[in-house]
Amino acid sequence: MTERVKAWLRAKAPAVLLPVGTTILAFAIGGLVVALTGHNPIDAYKAIFEGTGLNYLLPWTSAEDKDFAALNLQQTLILMTPLMLTALAVALPFKCGMFNIGGQGQYVVGIVASIIVGTHFSGLSKPVHLTLAIGAAALAGAVWGGIAGAMKAAVGAHEVISTIMLNWIAIYGAQYLFELNGPLQGPLRDVPQSSEVTDSAKLPAIWGVLQPLHAGIFLALAALVVYHILINGTVFGYEVRAVGHNPEAARYGGIPVSRSYVAALAIGGAFGGLAGACDVLGWEFHIVTNDIAVSQIGFIGIAVALLGRNNAIGIAFSALLFAGLQVGTSPRALDPTIFPPQLAGNLAIIIQGLIILFVGAQLLLVYAWRARRRRRDEPRPAALVEPTGA
Amino acid sequence: MTALDRIPRGARGVAILGIVVGLVGLELALPPLQIEAAAVPVVLGLAALACAIWALSRDERKLGLWTLFVAVAATAFAIWVQGKSDTSTSLVVNSGLFAAMLVYATPLAYAALGGIFCERSGVVNIGLEGMMLTGAFFGIWGTVWSGRWEIGLVAAMIAGAVVALVHAVFSIHLRSDQIVTGTAINFLALGITGYMFIDIYGSNGTPASIDSVPTVHLPGIASIPGIGGVFGSLNLMIWIVFGLLVVTEVILFRTPIGLRIRSVGEHPRAADTVGIPVYRVRYACVVLSGILAALGGAYLSVGFVGSFGQNMTAGRGFIALAAVIFGKWRPYGAFGACLLFGFASALADRLQSVAGVSPNLLATLPYVLTLIALVGLVGRSRPPAADGLPYVKG
Repeated sequence: MTERVKAWLRAKAPAVLLPVGTTILAFAIGGLVVALTGHNPIDAYKAIFEGTGLNYLLPWTSAEDKDFAALNLQQTLILMTPLMLTALAVALPFKCGMFNIGGQGQYVVGIVASIIVGTHFSGLSKPVHLTLAIGAAALAGAVWGGIAGAMKAAVGAHEVISTIMLNWIAIYGAQYLFELNGPLQGPLRDVPQSSEVTDSAKLPAIWGVLQPLHAGIFLALAALVVYHILINGTVFGYEVRAVGHNPEAARYGGIPVSRSYVAALAIGGAFGGLAGACDVLGWEFHIVTNDIAVSQIGFIGIAVALLGRNNAIGIAFSALLFAGLQVGTSPRALDPTIFPPQLAGNLAIIIQGLIILFVGAQLLLVYAWRARRRRRDEPRPAALVEPTGA
Repeated sequence: MTALDRIPRGARGVAILGIVVGLVGLELALPPLQIEAAAVPVVLGLAALACAIWALSRDERKLGLWTLFVAVAATAFAIWVQGKSDTSTSLVVNSGLFAAMLVYATPLAYAALGGIFCERSGVVNIGLEGMMLTGAFFGIWGTVWSGRWEIGLVAAMIAGAVVALVHAVFSIHLRSDQIVTGTAINFLALGITGYMFIDIYGSNGTPASIDSVPTVHLPGIASIPGIGGVFGSLNLMIWIVFGLLVVTEVILFRTPIGLRIRSVGEHPRAADTVGIPVYRVRYACVVLSGILAALGGAYLSVGFVGSFGQNMTAGRGFIALAAVIFGKWRPYGAFGACLLFGFASALADRLQSVAGVSPNLLATLPYVLTLIALVGLVGRSRPPAADGLPYVKG
């Protein structure tokens, strides 16, 4: 028994220790930056942590602090919702050996689709209207991702390049739709923003009053479960992983490689679209044109997926981390007397960059570790082919 | 032999298509149709220009040049005809438009040339955006610190080289996924420049009057009508990029160094076998790409705007990447694409006020064209064979 536990630990240890180590290292370097610029890193991190609202969960937090912490925690969970989904947009294609940089574009078309459906059809009942709006966003995201998949399947166009291009087309296209005198501009002539979605298309609030946590978080958690089952428990998931490991071998084995490419990017895109739906139908209810280019939800999703190692549980935790980092450094939550929020916001971006950088180098470490173990356990000449994602 | 077989295929076909499209734009402006909206010949002219650059970067030189000529001449004539009845169009198309095109195209061109070096050596660089942003910030920082723009440019180049070195170490030696590393570079550059900007200059921003890259006044050229308005007084860095363009083309395709770079990007194993130091060549190319991209960013801040703002490059690095691909990883092709994208931006500025054409819609043009170039049935853009693949010394 202990032998089995040991073996299990040895197999799973790098999957937990490396991301944790990476995070600690990134935060340490971030702390160094804070210290070098004349602030106390420990105080700064403590203030950021309190800004996340996670102290709500600590038993020694006093009742009045809890009221304030609850507000922040609601924000963190609201942000965690789309991050889990845009991370899935990266994770699923990654299993198929593709790098989907296009989460941002898929998120934006999801926003546009749910705004269009959410501001029309006001006569519908809530369940029908909500389903339609969410479905439209998922479909839009799937189409946006599917274009890149189809391009790869048809002519071998690299998905990284095509999804980058599709991102910017989505961003500028959406700005065009909601700009001044744009075709979908809201009722205020001088304000570049969309109309507000009708009440029948709003996700129900589940916790809080001012800007409450909405039911979208259940949608995102359900998506994590669906993703896990899809990848690990279905024929489709097996095919996707086989293509990800070695497309030539998969083709030889009779797996429709082209179809897997298109499906993986389309389903990934659907997750990205859902993220847009959650934000629009959950708490934003309309979109301000200038916010479209500022949003980083899709790009942060890349970091979430990488740190979460494309694993459902890992993604949930790293989404919480990145959402907390974002909310904890926002001007609204961070105490400016301890650490200026303007600096903290940029510190958050630096930490995200460091985590991505280190995770990228670690993939190799993990494979080297596994290859070494495999070589030791059962000597065989087969070369380990890893999905490079490129 | 059906009629279909006689339609010219390949880059030749695209060039002919460009000529036809350009002439259609002219025809629509002439009687009896006399369409007054400047947007019509302009959009068709842009399409024709895209065809011309496509053909030129795919070795259809003679016909491609004709397409280029027809696209420019037909569009200019069409707008002139329109302008006879509607004076507002002359506000759009004048020598200032082409000068603005060069201003918009220059930062893209620096970064694109850098991208070509990097990708030709087999390292994908989607961190161009971050490297530009780094150059933009440190260019200003160096200029403010020393009071001289030359020092600013040197600071930008050093900072760009350092950031690129990070990309190089992780991509080449640690064999990280180059896309992951490039993404990290973009995040890091955004965070570091933003942090330093706030920390050093506070919320007031960079000082109002700082030294900037001088403008080259050429009195001889300035007096020539038409051309004078375009080339008479250009920023020094625009002239430098013209020079760098030629140098890049010569180095890559006419010297042994270029042959080595390209062989490392196409088949590193073979290059290694004949004694070319694969890692050293890749390091040099990645660092060079960082220096060039940083210069592009510094042109924006020190050369043009005279200040820095958080995330001021706003996706220009990605447009440069698009230009590299649209131009098929060739200097002249990529530069042509930069000019085209710059022209679209310059036009968007003017059309917004005069013709009410949405600048956001025109801003999608570079990306749409690049998507088309990726799937094009004719002369599709294909990267160097070993682009993005780490090399393991055997």
